[in-house]
Amino acid sequence: MKNVKVYGPGCKRCEATEKMVKEAAARLGIEVDVEKVTDQKSIAMAGVMSTPGIAVDGKLVHTGGLPDEGKLDGWLSA
Amino acid sequence: MTTETHETAARRGAPDWLWYLGAALAAAIWWVLYSQLVPFSEWVTSFFPVARHSHTGEAIAFFVYDVPKVLLLLTLIVFVTGVLRSWFSPEKTRAILAGKREIAGYPLAALLGVFTPFCSCSSVPLFIGFVSAGIPLGVTFSFLIAGPMVGPVGLGLLFGLVGWQITTIYLVFGFTIATVAGWVLGRMGLERYLQDWVRELNTGAVGDVPQERLSMVDRMKIGLEQVREIVGKVWIWVVVGISIGALIHGYVPEAMMLRIMGGEAWWSVPAAVVVGVPMYTNAAGVIPIVEALLGKGAALGTTLAFMMSVIALSLPEMIILKQVLTYRLIAIFLAVVSMGILATGFLFNIIM
Repeated sequence: MKNVKVYGPGCKRCEATEKMVKEAAARLGIEVDVEKVTDQKSIAMAGVMSTPGIAVDGKLVHTGGLPDEGKLDGWLSA
Repeated sequence: MTTETHETAARRGAPDWLWYLGAALAAAIWWVLYSQLVPFSEWVTSFFPVARHSHTGEAIAFFVYDVPKVLLLLTLIVFVTGVLRSWFSPEKTRAILAGKREIAGYPLAALLGVFTPFCSCSSVPLFIGFVSAGIPLGVTFSFLIAGPMVGPVGLGLLFGLVGWQITTIYLVFGFTIATVAGWVLGRMGLERYLQDWVRELNTGAVGDVPQERLSMVDRMKIGLEQVREIVGKVWIWVVVGISIGALIHGYVPEAMMLRIMGGEAWWSVPAAVVVGVPMYTNAAGVIPIVEALLGKGAALGTTLAFMMSVIALSLPEMIILKQVLTYRLIAIFLAVVSMGILATGFLFNIIM
């Protein structure tokens, strides 16, 4: 089970990112626990300065804008 | 790394050369459309059963010329900006600013504010990210003022609609205000007016965000995504702004404009700021209004003050920043930036 955190205060792109993560995981057959972090303080503490940001198992892999699908698959299956 | 990018490109179906061809084709179509704006607008206007030089005829002509023009310009600017900004990120900007001496920091922050991509929804994490990395508060403000004030959309539209002279003046003064206001705010020692939790916050050594490698096609995709998102969101503001511009262009008599916004009316500069701050639109919505105002003889200083306060200072942004700044600090911030705008307005009304 991988823990994925999606950082974002609830803008449209953050929701789209969350959906992308879930879809990619389903497609790859990887079990994930997707957690949305919307609190500004927690977002800043994680070192995310442009949202949405993605962390996989506690490691920040992406910030700012929608992730690339190919790269997202890579992060999830790594 | 190269094989990986090739694999993703192959899976998507569209090879790189198709992207370049598409871009060239789009540019050609754009150019043809842009060069046909005048005949197109006259042709559309001729369908309306009104005299071309009546008030209504003028207003309609302004509207049907400006809507396609602004949308075309907007699409191009947003795309080019999206591609250019893909080389910048808040993390890189922070790394650059964190190592600088304070005095060089202000102009540099203002400059980076123009190029660094950030949306107002992430201005709080960005603010905290800067301050916690030891970037002085004033330098952070320079960055936050310059971003919207001298953004590429505003400059590009101003250039397309009112010409390079006024665009240059706007650029120089917008940049100066961002630099000087940041410096003044920095001198004031305002750290104690941050919200308590921000002052106590110590993010320590913030982990490095891995820099993702992007190909040229990836950057073009980012540009396209920006067009879809931004043009899709602001077109309504554009139409509203141009409608107001058209009404001014068609119906407001020049004598009245001179009395209200002419150079003689000194009070019009502060009035323009007071009206401009709570007005929430973006550059794309306000510049057609600016175009119409200037065309009717409104004073340059007054118009600049109006435009700057609409674009650079907005209530929604203040409400977002309320999470990190106290009311007192927001008030000081507003006052300092407004002073800069007022000074610019008065200066131009005197010298022009």
